[in-house]
Amino acid sequence: MSVAILRKGEYFIASIQSDLSDTEVLALRDDLIERVGRFRALGIVVDVSALDVIDSFAARALRSIALAAKLRGARTVIVGIQPDVAVAIVQFRLNLDPLRTALDLDEALALLELRPERKPADGR
Amino acid sequence: MEGEIRVGIGTDADLVIARAEGRAMAQRLGFRRPDPTLIATAISELARNLVMHVGHGEIIMRPIVEDRRSGVLVIVRDEGPGIADVGAALRLGHASRGGLGLGLPGARRLMDEFEIDSQPGKGTTVTMRKWRLRDDLERLREKRQQRG
Repeated sequence: MSVAILRKGEYFIASIQSDLSDTEVLALRDDLIERVGRFRALGIVVDVSALDVIDSFAARALRSIALAAKLRGARTVIVGIQPDVAVAIVQFRLNLDPLRTALDLDEALALLELRPERKPADGR
Repeated sequence: MEGEIRVGIGTDADLVIARAEGRAMAQRLGFRRPDPTLIATAISELARNLVMHVGHGEIIMRPIVEDRRSGVLVIVRDEGPGIADVGAALRLGHASRGGLGLGLPGARRLMDEFEIDSQPGKGTTVTMRKWRLRDDLERLREKRQQRG
């Protein structure tokens, strides 16, 4: 598969190397979710800078990585959304909530290092 | 002159080819950023509709040239069951089987022109166009080239 998955301490870094088919996107999702449990990872960084198209399917898959990882106790940060892809996402009106994004790997790892904020008293 | 490109769509691997071809053609036709990405994203979305709802179909991409503007024409067609309610399919959140209802309205917003012709039992043809303006210099060069 054209995704390199590296382990860095408590985190996984999934670096997508080329455009992915839908099947490969789903395989990546399942692989990451499984690894979170197996290695008790606290965070996932997905580098999407090699993706030059993020359409509704890819957006949904990225969201489901983040949501499923959260249920398994890990947080997810997406890095490297290309400028043109960002424009396409906005114009398409794709919803990437609750995905957290960062510009590069350093920033993503720094985000993961921040401990989650305390939930508000009435919080979910 | 740039020719027409046809991509048969049957599996999700074909989506990868279709969007790469669409991007490459847009770049060859002189589209500037971010337009090649917008065109590739619209093609990807409609190609997936073919795979998910019909199983197979075809995408045709063709350059279009007018005096003041040029662009790309993308035709996405299938011989599937057709879309019963085209108006509803174009509304955001109208999810059909397996989809989220984002595909058609999203693709429409990425392109300049977007038409759907659907015949129940015969198939669906989506025609979309994206334009770019041709400036005076480009038109002048073309005229000079024609004169030889």
